[in-house]
Amino acid sequence: MKNVATVNVDRGPIPWTERIYLGPIVRGLGVTLRHFLRNVFGKRDVATIEWPEVKRQYSERLRGRHILTTKDDGSLRCVACYMCETACPANCITIVAEEDPEAPVEWEKRPLLYEIDLLRCVFCGFCVDACPKEAIIMSRQHEMAFSERSEAVVGIEELRQKGPIEDEDLGYRPYF
Amino acid sequence: MTVSSTESPTQRPPLADPFPEGSVAAVEQAADGHTVLTVDRSHLLDVLRRLREKPELACDLLADVCGVDYPDREQRFDVVYHLGSLEHGHRFRVKVPLGEDDPVVPSAVGIWKAADWFEREAFDMFGIRFQGHPDLRRILTHEAFHGHPLRKDYDPSQRWLLTEKDTMAPRWATEDQPDDEHMDTVVLNLGPSHPATHGTLRTVVRLDGEHIVKAECEIGYLHRCFEKMSETHGWQQVIPYTDRLNYCSSMINGVGFALTVEKMLGIEAPPRAQVVRVILSELSRIMDHAVCLGANLVDLGALTNFWYFFQIREEIYGLLEKCAGGRLTVSYARIGGLAHDVPADFEDEVRKLLDSIPKFLDDVETLVTTNRIFRDRTEGVGVISGEEALAWGWTGPCLRASGIPYDVRKAHPYMGYENYDFEVPVATTGDTYARYLVRMEEMRQSLRIVRQALDNLPDGPVITDDHHVALPPKEKVYTEMESLIWHFKLIFEGIPVPAGEAYGFTEGANGELGYYVVSDGGGKPHRIKVRPPCFAIYQAFPKILEGLMIPDAIAILGSLNIIAGELDR
Repeated sequence: MKNVATVNVDRGPIPWTERIYLGPIVRGLGVTLRHFLRNVFGKRDVATIEWPEVKRQYSERLRGRHILTTKDDGSLRCVACYMCETACPANCITIVAEEDPEAPVEWEKRPLLYEIDLLRCVFCGFCVDACPKEAIIMSRQHEMAFSERSEAVVGIEELRQKGPIEDEDLGYRPYF
Repeated sequence: MTVSSTESPTQRPPLADPFPEGSVAAVEQAADGHTVLTVDRSHLLDVLRRLREKPELACDLLADVCGVDYPDREQRFDVVYHLGSLEHGHRFRVKVPLGEDDPVVPSAVGIWKAADWFEREAFDMFGIRFQGHPDLRRILTHEAFHGHPLRKDYDPSQRWLLTEKDTMAPRWATEDQPDDEHMDTVVLNLGPSHPATHGTLRTVVRLDGEHIVKAECEIGYLHRCFEKMSETHGWQQVIPYTDRLNYCSSMINGVGFALTVEKMLGIEAPPRAQVVRVILSELSRIMDHAVCLGANLVDLGALTNFWYFFQIREEIYGLLEKCAGGRLTVSYARIGGLAHDVPADFEDEVRKLLDSIPKFLDDVETLVTTNRIFRDRTEGVGVISGEEALAWGWTGPCLRASGIPYDVRKAHPYMGYENYDFEVPVATTGDTYARYLVRMEEMRQSLRIVRQALDNLPDGPVITDDHHVALPPKEKVYTEMESLIWHFKLIFEGIPVPAGEAYGFTEGANGELGYYVVSDGGGKPHRIKVRPPCFAIYQAFPKILEGLMIPDAIAILGSLNIIAGELDR
């Protein structure tokens, strides 16, 4: 074998200082006591969060529930190009396209049906990466509970942005 | 790509000389550094034995055995062996082509014990029969399963019905074995759903009193068809799947896969991406060891350490989430680099971690390392010699605890690991305590690597600008026609990985994590075989158990760190 730098971590037989057990137990109690006192008085080591009253602050890259963004006139930016459906590793997106009658140019598509099965979704963000129109982005909403499987299949109405985009809890999207 | 033509003897590298004339049909130096031998099955055992025994070859590690299906070829299957020599550092790939009507090869179990489960898997997935294998049964699928799922003509939409009588139990478990001196022995299931197994692992044991006289593992409870699914998805889409192999250190899996495909494409990720990959991989390794030791200790009654370790893990998860947007399944690596650059405060965050992690490690050391209860409980338990461990295909911290300093980062450096100054922790006793000590030291060594990497974090892009591989930046997609076309082609057609094959191996948290990747030139992989480190480790578990007691079984299982996600794939 090639000569590699190794460090031997063997500790050999238990020395009498450890065999009598007294030293290690005092040191061990010291460690737990230190943590205990710091947590009671200093609150510096506390790793837990009192959820749901307190919520963890995630970064703006968190991949949560999807948002379908809209143009200024309130129509979807999505042009039903099927890129996100193709890029999805979990095959959880279903799109049915139709011709957009209100489009300023001819032959513009829009989604008649845009469904995401949130139980299949693995929240990898590949749909956001694939979208050439910034029509699908992700929010930071990650607490999703459903009482029936069919509820987890969400369509355009559930996914579209509700008000101005700044009001959404924005998560993973281009440039972040 | 297979080698069908016989090369003339003069072109052969000297390594082929030890084989008798005519036994090796073709020799080729593959681009991934392997010497590829194509062997007819009648000469297979002879060639394998020479590879193992000839001192100039000395292939003591059987990394992987797998099948590959080429439906268009006359000889439809390939059985592929991946061998390595720890002493010389060279790697061999031995391929045996087989026809569909008679897919039989002699078993290599007599040469490497490691072949046991790998051959069973190849039988399960492809129906290749290994003559002379002591126990050739299905391993990942159920016994009542029909067909061989990784064959290309297998229809994955089929469903098989299980009945109650199809419960799987080893033959010896159903027989009564009254013992003259003692009471009857008892058969007990450890798992698959038991808090102490930390995953869906099932071990059937026969107990004589509290002593285990026989044991057998039953795996496949978490089989999610990773390899079959990869064949129907694009190269880049495999990355989220790899997160779910060893989910305790998902970053390492994605990086390993990306490196393998980059090897086939002949590209390299930009320097900044390489260094970030190293930093996050090493932090993931710390996380993985923390989970392993924390869980192992909690099984032995040391609950406090579990919390200290999980605080480390929690803080690293926080960093991963800031970088990648996900905590557990990060999906951060991409073929050609990383999904996006690290956040602006990355360096400060990592430095904070570098400060806080050693404090928790010190606390655990104080509580456990010199604790006599823990030492009495783990020393001399689950001992395996280095030679034995290597024969079973062990790698990683478990092998290093048995005295063999094999670390892929040192033996076959990748991602610039040769530039970092770190040491490989080794213990010689090979017991549960040694595995604990090795993992503890490895965490400290990983911190050393992270510190050095952070000091030399270069600026620049984090993903290659090759538009055949990486999506163009968004601002270009929105504004430039050409970038939009590249974007479109990449999404719909995938990465055009040239036809060929490569075996890429990295040091996962549990040992050598290998990806054997075969491409037919299309946008989707033809075959991806994962060589999960704990698959090889777990197959030795029943042998270690014999003669020990149930509490020892729990202590050993925890120290081996079997992750069901990568075990069953």
